Amino acid sequence: MPSLIKQVKQNPSIYMPVPARIVAVRQLTAIEKLFTVALPNGISLRHTPGQFVQLSVFGVGEAPISISSSPSRSNGVFELCIRKVGDLTNTIHRMKAGDIIGVRGPFGRGFPVGKLRGKDLLFVAGGLGLAPLRSLINEVLDDRGNYGKLKVLYGTGTPQALLFRDELDEWIARDDIDVELTVDCPDADWCYNTGLITELFRGLQTNPRNTVAVVVGPPVMYKFVLKELIDLKIPDGNIWLSFERRMKCGVGKCGHCQLNHIYTCQVGPSFPYSEIRQLEEALS
Amino acid sequence: MDFRIMPKTALSDWVELLTKQYRVVGPKPLHGQYVFGEIQSADELDLNYTTTVLPPKKYLVPTREVLLEYKTDGTHFETRIEPQPTVVLGVHACDLHAIELFDRIFSQSYTDQHYQAHRDNTVLVTIECLKPCTEQSFCRSMGTLSVTDIFDLHLLDLGEEYAIEIGTEKGERLLEGLASVFNATDADLAHVNDTLLDKWRHFPYRLELDVTELPSVLHEMFSNSLWDELGDICLGCGMCTQVCPTCYCFDVNDETDLTLKTGKRTRSWDSCQIDVFAMVAGGHNFRERKAWRQRHRFMRKGKYQLDAYGLVGCVGCGRCAQACLVGITPIKTFNELYRRYQMQTTGEAVLQGVNAK
Repeated sequence: MPSLIKQVKQNPSIYMPVPARIVAVRQLTAIEKLFTVALPNGISLRHTPGQFVQLSVFGVGEAPISISSSPSRSNGVFELCIRKVGDLTNTIHRMKAGDIIGVRGPFGRGFPVGKLRGKDLLFVAGGLGLAPLRSLINEVLDDRGNYGKLKVLYGTGTPQALLFRDELDEWIARDDIDVELTVDCPDADWCYNTGLITELFRGLQTNPRNTVAVVVGPPVMYKFVLKELIDLKIPDGNIWLSFERRMKCGVGKCGHCQLNHIYTCQVGPSFPYSEIRQLEEALS
Repeated sequence: MDFRIMPKTALSDWVELLTKQYRVVGPKPLHGQYVFGEIQSADELDLNYTTTVLPPKKYLVPTREVLLEYKTDGTHFETRIEPQPTVVLGVHACDLHAIELFDRIFSQSYTDQHYQAHRDNTVLVTIECLKPCTEQSFCRSMGTLSVTDIFDLHLLDLGEEYAIEIGTEKGERLLEGLASVFNATDADLAHVNDTLLDKWRHFPYRLELDVTELPSVLHEMFSNSLWDELGDICLGCGMCTQVCPTCYCFDVNDETDLTLKTGKRTRSWDSCQIDVFAMVAGGHNFRERKAWRQRHRFMRKGKYQLDAYGLVGCVGCGRCAQACLVGITPIKTFNELYRRYQMQTTGEAVLQGVNAK
C-alpha cells in the first residue's frame, strides 16, 4: 500500500494534493469538530504523532492541520481536530461526510516515539494542544507495556472547551494513566482544578532522570510550563514542544514558518528544548 | 577554459538567431532606469547597464504563477507546468550568485517542479562586471563580483568584441549557426587576462568588516537597539524584498472564477516585511513589530541563509537600498552593526581588564 508522502512526491507538482473524502464529522465543542478522513485507493497516511498535513479546501486554500488520530488506530482513516477560526476552517466546518478535500503530507518531524519507550511520560496540553497530543497519548496507550508512568496535565478556559471529553473520561477511569484537568473559569459542576496549567505542577512527583515531557499549547503557555519543567530538573533534550507557525507550503520553500534559520515545517513542528533554547525567535 | 570571440557588430545577428528559438530577455532602459524585459532586436539591449530595478528572478519565480487548476467540488484538479524556453542575456555576477542560492533552496528536501521547469528551460548568459553599478553596490565586499560556475555562457567586453566563455553545452548551443564567432587566439586570451586584472581596482570595499565576520556580528547583535531604530523609520512596505535577488518567499491563494465552479491556486511574491506575514489563525503574530521584521531580513541576508544553505543571502547588488523610501541600506546597517559590535567587545575587554585588577 503506497504511503501518502510517496504519492505526493510522485505528483507532477509538490503542491498538488491527493483527494480525500470526509467520512464522518463529530462536533466536539462549540468551535471544534473532529473530521474523519479517508484517502483513496488504499493510500495510507503512515504518520508519526506530532506531524501535520496540508489540508486543501478547493476555492478557499490550504492550511496546516496536525493529525489527531494515532497510527495505532488508523484503520485506513485518520482524524483532524479543527477549530473554526479562519476562512478555511470556517468552510470545512460547513462540510459534511462525503465531501472531498485535498491533503498533502504528512510533513515535518513528529515526536520521537521510539525514544520514549521505557520512560515516564508527562503530557502537558493547553487548549487545542490536546489535538496533536492525543495522537501520541493513544499511540502510547495502545503499546502500554513499553512505557513507564503516564501523566496528562490538560488545561482549557472553560469545562465546555475540553476536547475529547469521552476519551478523557476513559483515561481518568484507567489506573495506568493519571489525568489532571484545570480550567480558568469553572461552572457549577466542575470537580477538578481551577486556575492556570502551571498550578497542576504543585506537588508533582517525577523522576527527572527517567521522564520525558511533551508539551503542546498556545505560545504564551510555553515560557511558564518550561519554567516548571526546568524546576523539575528534566533535561533539555527530554522536553519536547510543538510549534505553531504560519505555513503556506509545508515543504520548506514559502518562508512563512521560518524561526531564525530553521523552517518549522521541516525541522519541526516538534522540537526538543535543547535544540531551540539558543534560537532567539523560538520562544519570544 | 573554452573561449570564443564575437565582434560586437555580430550581436544583432545573434539576437535575431536566438529570438527564432527562444524568448530572449535582457537589460533595457526604461524611464531612466534599467529593467530586464523581452527583446526582439539587439537595438533594445544595453549590456553596458547598471543594475536593473528587478533582478532576473522573475523568470524563475514569476510574480504570480498557477500551481493548480481545480473544480471547487474537489472532483478534478491538475497541475500544468508549461515553461517558456528563455535566454537571459547580460546577467550580472551578483544575480548569478542569487540564482545559485535559489537552485539549492528549491531542490533541498523536496524539489519544486515549477522552479525546476523554469530553470531547466532558462539559458543564463552572464556578463563580466567591469565597473560598479551604483554607490550602493557592494558586491566586492560580499565576494560576489565574479561569476560562479553555473553560467551557460559568460561575456567579457573587450572593446570592439566580446570574449565568450563556454560554461555548458546548453550555452554552447546558443552559438550554433552564428557565422562570426571565432576561436580565441593567444592574443585574445592575453587581452581577457589584462581586462580582468584591471577591473578590481574600480571596485571599492564598502563594508568595514569582512564577509566572513558577518554571521557572528549579526549573531552577537541580535538584541541591539539598532533594530528598533530601523523599525521606527521602516514603512513596512516590502519593497526591499520585492527587488532582492535572493528573496523568494511566496503566498498561496485560491482564485475562484465567477461561476464558483472552477478556480486556480496561485503563488505570488510575498514579503516578510508585511505585518501579517508570520501571523497565524487566531491572530497571534510571531513577528508583529517592524523592528523584528527588519532584523529578520538582515539576519536572513547575512547569517540564516548561510546556516541553512551554505551560501550568503546577500549578494551586494544594492537594489534594496535604491528601493527603500526611508534610506535603510545594507551598507549602513552592516557597518553600523559592526561599529557597535566593536565598541561592545572593546568595552567588554576593558571591563574584563578592570575586573582582573
